[in-house]
Amino acid sequence: MSVFDLQKQSLRELNAALHQHAALLRAGAHADTDWEITNPRGSHAVAVGVDGPLKINIQGSVGYYCGGMNQSGQIHVHGSVGPGVGENMMSGSIRVTGDASQYAGATGRGGMLVIEGNASSRCGISNKGMDIVVRGNVGHMSAFMAQRGTLVVLGDAGDALGDSIYEARLFVRGDVKSLGADCVQKEMRTEHLELLAELLETAGILDVQPAEFNRYGSARKLYHFDIDHADAY
Amino acid sequence: MCGIVGLFLKKTEMQSCLGMHLERMLVTMSDRGPDSAGLAIYGVDHPQHHLKLTLQSAAPTEVFPKLEQAIISKFSQPININVIETHAVLQMDQAIAPAVEELLAQEFRGLRMMSRGESVEIYKEVGAPSDVARRFGIAEMSGSHGIGHTRMATESAVTTRGAHPFSTGPDQCLVHNGSLSNHNNLRRDLKRHGVHFETENDTEVAAAYLSHHLASGLTLGDALEGALMDLDGFYTFVFSTRTGFGVLRDPIACKPAVLAETDDYVAFGSEYRALVSLPGIEHATVWEPEPATVYFWEH
Repeated sequence: MSVFDLQKQSLRELNAALHQHAALLRAGAHADTDWEITNPRGSHAVAVGVDGPLKINIQGSVGYYCGGMNQSGQIHVHGSVGPGVGENMMSGSIRVTGDASQYAGATGRGGMLVIEGNASSRCGISNKGMDIVVRGNVGHMSAFMAQRGTLVVLGDAGDALGDSIYEARLFVRGDVKSLGADCVQKEMRTEHLELLAELLETAGILDVQPAEFNRYGSARKLYHFDIDHADAY
Repeated sequence: MCGIVGLFLKKTEMQSCLGMHLERMLVTMSDRGPDSAGLAIYGVDHPQHHLKLTLQSAAPTEVFPKLEQAIISKFSQPININVIETHAVLQMDQAIAPAVEELLAQEFRGLRMMSRGESVEIYKEVGAPSDVARRFGIAEMSGSHGIGHTRMATESAVTTRGAHPFSTGPDQCLVHNGSLSNHNNLRRDLKRHGVHFETENDTEVAAAYLSHHLASGLTLGDALEGALMDLDGFYTFVFSTRTGFGVLRDPIACKPAVLAETDDYVAFGSEYRALVSLPGIEHATVWEPEPATVYFWEH
């Protein structure tokens, strides 16, 4: 296992080392797959651009864009994260023990982001195929213009959930303060219950049932704009 | 972008380190704004019934000695003048303040008044935050609370006057991360009510708006609720008064804001990393203020 102390070495050295070891793995060479990062002290861009199955444990809270563009990495933040955690994630996983700030999981294409605390506004904005599971609440405008993927919220959702949403699927167990433009509650069918069960299991959440959730998604009147629907928004 | 920091001490133990903590917090935010920086410090070691005026001069070595001379010759009461670089803090009994301000208005028009109040002192200049803090010896200052700002200018030019904090009322300060879109309209409106402006800065308009409504008799809470209705744009505001400190985000809340509270202090930073050096931060309650919600702490 490699231990990296961000108080002693630079962020650039850290990310370069992670990239280097991911490259070694891809080349079939020996590499360090287990990483422990200490003293992040709210630093930005920790473990961005990871491109290989590295296991990275970050001990402490980080700043913006932690795990951005993650591909195949398994990142665990033992603390809270600033805005944009897992932005543009391609695959792999990110787990946050604490809270997440704004636009967590923005524009992700794959992989899973689990937030054990609360997430702030715009969680899952512009989702392109990522799975996001939040144990707590999400803030306003979550899943804004979300195209694909899922957002699972065990707590409550703030104002304007799923505003201008495309085909991403939203499951909320708690209250939704208000729905955004063209976002409506939808029927929970067997396939949705099964999908949700799978997501919860992958996220390691065993104390809730899929049937406790409500499903929300696109009414499909906005992105299939028809002048007759102009007064719908 | 702009970076904001703020520290409100609940107890007296940390007062002697207020400046040191604020400087460190502010310098951490340098990446958010390299243009200019400013700090407002609310001191505690001043006599009652005194008024402080913080003045700034573009030619301090020339003008401040002249000011000292003029004050000695015109006033028999003691008026303390503390010159630090381009700023000078005048301290006097409230009773003679009008006469002193008259003198400034008549004979020292080139001086800019940064702040006016019982306890506040504002220091702001063009330059990097670390330079600004060092020039004014911020690290040695003590006080009960203070706010700081590093600027990345967007709506108006990079000048000393354009730097934050803005003070448009006694002991009142405002710093702002964001930009207002209807500030020209609001400025015209406030001018019609007799409010005077020194700059083209959008933040000055927000500060003047709050001061104007406070002067009209509204509570700070109501003035801020009014701001939510009347101000158009995006903002995280941190404002301070002689006794208090508060935060307000616009309803969309794109601009960042992080609060941390312990038994000893309430701290604000645009980013969490501004707070990491504060004592007890590991056990502090750390949260992001909700949009369109007034948060306020008072001594």
